[in-house]
Amino acid sequence: MIRRRFALSPALLMSLALAGLLIVVVLDLPPQPGLAGPVAQAMDQAGVGHPVTAVLLNFRGYDTFLELAVLMLAVLSIWSLGRRDPIPARPVQGPVMHGTLRHLIPVAVVTGGYLVWVGSSDSGGAFQGGAVLGAAGVMLMLSLPREMPMPPALLQRLGLSLGVFAFLAVGTAGLLAGHGFMGYPPAWAYHLILGIELAAAVSIALTLVLLFLGGRSRKVRHDR
Amino acid sequence: MTVDVISPQIYLLCGVLLFVLGLHALVVRRHLLLKILAVNIMGSGVFMLLLGVAARGEGGIDPVPHALVITGIVVAVSATAVALVLMLKVKAATGLARLPLSGPED
Amino acid sequence: MQNHAMPDEITTWLLIGFDVLLALTLLGVAWRLLAGRDLFRSVVLFIAFGLLLSLAWVRLAAPDVALAEAAIGAGVTGALLLVALGRLRRLENRSRREGKNT
Repeated sequence: MIRRRFALSPALLMSLALAGLLIVVVLDLPPQPGLAGPVAQAMDQAGVGHPVTAVLLNFRGYDTFLELAVLMLAVLSIWSLGRRDPIPARPVQGPVMHGTLRHLIPVAVVTGGYLVWVGSSDSGGAFQGGAVLGAAGVMLMLSLPREMPMPPALLQRLGLSLGVFAFLAVGTAGLLAGHGFMGYPPAWAYHLILGIELAAAVSIALTLVLLFLGGRSRKVRHDR
Repeated sequence: MTVDVISPQIYLLCGVLLFVLGLHALVVRRHLLLKILAVNIMGSGVFMLLLGVAARGEGGIDPVPHALVITGIVVAVSATAVALVLMLKVKAATGLARLPLSGPED
Repeated sequence: MQNHAMPDEITTWLLIGFDVLLALTLLGVAWRLLAGRDLFRSVVLFIAFGLLLSLAWVRLAAPDVALAEAAIGAGVTGALLLVALGRLRRLENRSRREGKNT
């Protein structure tokens, strides 16, 4: 087996050739100024002080909107593939896990909220905050695999689409107000961006938990 | 935070090698879970290339590739989740989570 | 504290050494996890790979990406992979049991 892995198969030869070509190309890349200059110039209209958040939520808001739609589509396609199995984990015995979680989950919720809020001025934002919240949800699901405290199906679906719809509503309102699709009035930009980020973080956290669970809920009928 | 001139070059090389490593494993390995991991590693190589180019730019650190990569990470997770569910469906339907034995073993 | 006392050149070389070491570790971990036979081992190595990757993002001056990678790439993807592996094992056990019964 080992010997065959080191043999010069066509796949290995092609990979080595591709690696050589890519290295030559990458080391030969001409220096380019990039987009740092234009972003720095437009920062006074962004409404937030952090360039990455400004790019994500304002200058390239369209991309972020479509990305939230991709997340929602991923959950929908998993739901369409069948009902969910129980998580292959045993309920944890003893008080240690539950006691730890009781202290850890509030800390995770505060950390996630802080990350969303701090995104307007420093590193952080909806994705990081939503991921921390989602990780807290996954831990909660893992600690109670038998008695999963799921919110009702309608609430799940509302939370799942909250980010997309908030983004779409604000973007369309910008279009009607004459700032172009996904444009904000500069005076309100900060508040609108923070609102969208909060909605997106809730959606992302819920999406990650639902992706982790996999499949539709077993109890609720979806075929109305 | 300052980045000197040589470091981005190191990470550019590392990104290329990660991409090729993932591509090779994607072709050679037969188990579907390993194929999913290989695609993820290819993606990480591409992210490293993007960020390396961003750190090398002349007018300071470029925030646009950073935003692109954050978007990419989240999309990669959702694609991985869908792929894992599909893998389980293949396993349930055919009894095998690997491609059929037509090439050399493994 | 000692960093300030050191000449700049030594600091630069130390950082470059760290970068080379990190790049080699990343490549080594990626190779081990893609060439291994044990799926559980591969998944655990992939989680370690995600954590190392977020170190690399910090070195590339991208703290936002490092945060996202540490939370999503290492945390949530690891949980997804482990739970999928558990379901895969359960399917295997079920089919083996059915094969024994018939």
